[in-house]
Amino acid sequence: MYQLIEKRASVLHRIREYFDQQGVFEVEVPLLGRSSVTDPHLSAISAQVQQQAHYLQTSPEFFMKRLLAEGSGDIYYLGKAFRNDESGKLHNPEFTMLEWYRTEFNDEALMDDVGALLHHLAPLQVDLQIEHFSYAEVFEKHVGLNPHTATVDELAAIAKQKLDVHFDSEPKATWLDLLFSHLVEKHLQNPTFITDYTECQAALAKVVNTGAYPVAKRFELFWKGVELANGYWELTDAKLQRERFVADNKMREAMGRPPIDIDEKFIESLEKGLPDCAGVALGVDRLMMCLFDENDISHVMPFPSKNL
Amino acid sequence: MASYSTNEFKSGLKVMLDGDPCSIVENEFVKPGKGQAFNRVRLKNLRSGRVWERTFKSGESLEGADVMDVEMEYLYSDGEFWHFMQPDTFEQYQADANAVGENVKWLKEQDKIVVTLYNGSPLAITPPNHVELEIVETDPGLKGDTAQGGTKPATLSTGAVVKVPLFLSIGEVVRVDTRTGEYLGRAAK
Repeated sequence: MYQLIEKRASVLHRIREYFDQQGVFEVEVPLLGRSSVTDPHLSAISAQVQQQAHYLQTSPEFFMKRLLAEGSGDIYYLGKAFRNDESGKLHNPEFTMLEWYRTEFNDEALMDDVGALLHHLAPLQVDLQIEHFSYAEVFEKHVGLNPHTATVDELAAIAKQKLDVHFDSEPKATWLDLLFSHLVEKHLQNPTFITDYTECQAALAKVVNTGAYPVAKRFELFWKGVELANGYWELTDAKLQRERFVADNKMREAMGRPPIDIDEKFIESLEKGLPDCAGVALGVDRLMMCLFDENDISHVMPFPSKNL
Repeated sequence: MASYSTNEFKSGLKVMLDGDPCSIVENEFVKPGKGQAFNRVRLKNLRSGRVWERTFKSGESLEGADVMDVEMEYLYSDGEFWHFMQPDTFEQYQADANAVGENVKWLKEQDKIVVTLYNGSPLAITPPNHVELEIVETDPGLKGDTAQGGTKPATLSTGAVVKVPLFLSIGEVVRVDTRTGEYLGRAAK
């Protein structure tokens, strides 16, 4: 236990050191908020505070964007986030998240920033070979289809051929998530940035037209087959953002999940003007798994949920 | 029978799948940060013994299977059925050739065997990890040849054939690992 505490403390210290050197401010934002995200695949933990419904935040994103709209400049958050119904070798309902925003950065510049942080954290003897692939490149290589142009039926057919699955009539994103997580992730052993996601996986990222098809300016970082970070060249258009939230709630309804009231204060801040920026969230416990060579998140946490 | 959701899937849980009772071997939660959650589950079909992997969407559920493992005493075989008895209730069960399967070659009368009951009938049996059986047939033993590593086949009282060291002869009792079919040593006298 002493060793784990020492190693965790050192990583947390080095993260703060990196951002201090970069002139990025650490911010604290509420863990208990009045709203939550509409993301159909996230379930927030709800709490009653003075007879009012609150949620433990699934990420500091909306509060941080409100600060950015107020003119905070570059900021980072290093602290806890909570997600209900997530538990396993790579998941703990309460976990440590690092999230940061860089104004004037696009997704490319932010990936360089993430890479620089990794180099700052990796032990000196480790020579990190950071790789870059587009989502389409790795998907075609390991699944055999172009994820942008493949139809839902083609994706479902190949999933059923390669895996034993018995669900059906799923949206395109579900088949992409299934195939990517089961057939692609394990091959991403070096620190690898995956860029340019399909339009249906955009979430809060800008979508741009590249010619053949639109791509979402979103990236993820994988290391040792583990998803570590998710970043966006941020959508700053309040109207588009509201449309995506409404679409999320429609999907939640179809999935039998309760709809979530749209965070109007967040939309207001977008209307007021979110500066052009890129942001990324990184799972710190998973990063520690990679740095300490552990294969279970509970091995890097002093108090994993099964040990409370 | 109760039904179980993916987050209740634990190693050892017995569920119904495609009409067959299955046992959950391992349940791995897989979720992209911004995507659909899945459970990648290793299952063992208790009827065929096949182990394979199926992926569920998190939240899907399966019927529980009425499957129980009960330790029983092996009594005898009448040629068609193998008879077992629950020692505390004296209740007897008969298992057919499908249920005893390959494990028939380790069945010695009065040994304690785990019988897997499905809806009250024997579905499969599991012999003890180690059994002691008498050699009934093997080439003559070579006395004093204990140093060399050579082996020879020996047929045991239950019909199992295992490789034993050259110095062993008919009538001796040996310990065997039923999971690997390997000779472990001479039984303590």
